[in-house]
Amino acid sequence: MTSKHLLKLCLLLLIFSCQSSHISKIEGKRLNIDEKLTSNQDIENFIKPYRERVNNDLDSVISYAPETYSKSNGELNTAIGNLMADAVYSEGNPIFNKRTGNNIDFVLLNHGGIRAIISKGNITSRTAYEVMPFENSVVVVALKGKQVNDMFTYLSKAKRAHPVSSQFQLTLDKDFEISSASINGKPVDIEETYYVATNDYLYNGGDRMTFFHPNEGLYVLDYKIRNVLIDYFKKQDTLSPKRDNRFIKHNN
Amino acid sequence: MKRREFIQQSTAATALAGIGGLGLQSFMSSETKKITILHTNDVHSHIDPFGPDDGRNANKGGVARRATLVESIRKENPNTLLLDAGDIFQGTPYFNYYGGELEFKLMSMLDYDLATIGNHDFDNGIDGLYKQLPHAKFDFVSANYDFSNTVMDTHVKPYKTFIKNGIKIGVFGLGIQLEGLVDKKMYKETVYHNPIEVAQDMSRLLKEEQSCDLVICLSHIGYHYKKSPDRVSDINLARATKDIDLIIGGHTHTFLPKPTIEKNSAGKNVLVNQVGAYGLYLGKIDFYFEPGKATKAEGASIIV
Repeated sequence: MTSKHLLKLCLLLLIFSCQSSHISKIEGKRLNIDEKLTSNQDIENFIKPYRERVNNDLDSVISYAPETYSKSNGELNTAIGNLMADAVYSEGNPIFNKRTGNNIDFVLLNHGGIRAIISKGNITSRTAYEVMPFENSVVVVALKGKQVNDMFTYLSKAKRAHPVSSQFQLTLDKDFEISSASINGKPVDIEETYYVATNDYLYNGGDRMTFFHPNEGLYVLDYKIRNVLIDYFKKQDTLSPKRDNRFIKHNN
Repeated sequence: MKRREFIQQSTAATALAGIGGLGLQSFMSSETKKITILHTNDVHSHIDPFGPDDGRNANKGGVARRATLVESIRKENPNTLLLDAGDIFQGTPYFNYYGGELEFKLMSMLDYDLATIGNHDFDNGIDGLYKQLPHAKFDFVSANYDFSNTVMDTHVKPYKTFIKNGIKIGVFGLGIQLEGLVDKKMYKETVYHNPIEVAQDMSRLLKEEQSCDLVICLSHIGYHYKKSPDRVSDINLARATKDIDLIIGGHTHTFLPKPTIEKNSAGKNVLVNQVGAYGLYLGKIDFYFEPGKATKAEGASIIV
């Protein structure tokens, strides 16, 4: 074998070796990002002007939370969810009533739409941004009673604490079957029209809530859920949301 | 493939036989190469650390701290990739005020290499995402979103390959079904394809045609759905595919204390990892490479 050939072979060997590396060992771990790490000063300095503008806007105290409220505290209804649905009712109904002469019958939101806890302590506009960072707005949908019944069925199957306002009552038995259901204390009349406030995301089929279509009419309030919360907080010196019996399941 | 292996083996044997003690042995002896994969997911605009009074994550997170950590890891091993599995947007007023500009600028300052697109990255509409692209110095990959009829066309590639210290790494992206999750008026004409079918194609392409040594799936389809275990998820993806070494996930905000090891359709190990949300953690996976084909039947040893 000539040295020229040998060189060629070595080159070939080199190429093949590079192409066929194999994994011999894998090590995986999770690293904490916390106060033990010093902040990179260039990044800090870059964020600063952005932060200052946002903070000046958001950090004035508008209410107070005596407890921490989380959407995981409760099986089918939670204090924070009840607060949100009731806030949409109390802030949204005057606008709806003024425009249409009708009243909202009840509110349905979605559990996944509660994006943060409300921490014990001062409430600021920032709290509303954390809980409802999305730009979703309130819409009121006119629905026949039949579709309200479809909504009851959906909720019984979803088995999640989708927020509803206090006018709504749904009780499930131990097998998640509906044992009682009412709106404003009365059973649902399938021919009656109900005005249901929700957000545009759900109206458009979000969370597979298909019962909003077809409907008897749509009223867009141009009122963001986040602004509902800010307006609601401003009216409450201290929040006092409660878990109650509006949507529950019996265990026997 | 089989033919190439044969040639390679016979060539090596001939060369070794022919040159005897020419010092080739030292070349053959294992020069271990280490590739470090760092990852985040669902950071959701959490730029500042959580405050000391936060009810759940007090004093955790923060981009400036993540920058320090990433920098120190890169100093230790320059052969590092920093990846994000989507939902960069939405979650703090920074997004509402600046539309994602600050998130992209900071990720660029941290030298992110690649990201995929999460459902919340459509929250200001596909036009809102497009508008922020000039602020991102890193690329986006998604293999199962077809953006052909949208403004994002040509701005998102199915996959990207990197060569670090001679090791070829292929990373492809996967996104979640948008219908029913994101308003149609936000994602417009974005077309979703089945992630598992796309992943089977992608992993074959990256492993066989692109000859990647390491194949990574950057996914925003969710870790696993307990109530609907058959729904497309990272776990189901790992089991239904082959040739993927690592699935980096997002969407379900799953705080895995350590990566999950699953068996793929060929019975080989796949790592699935996800670091929850909000930039509270950084995932770190080190891959060690030896030259030549694997000799051990059981494959790589995994320490998690």
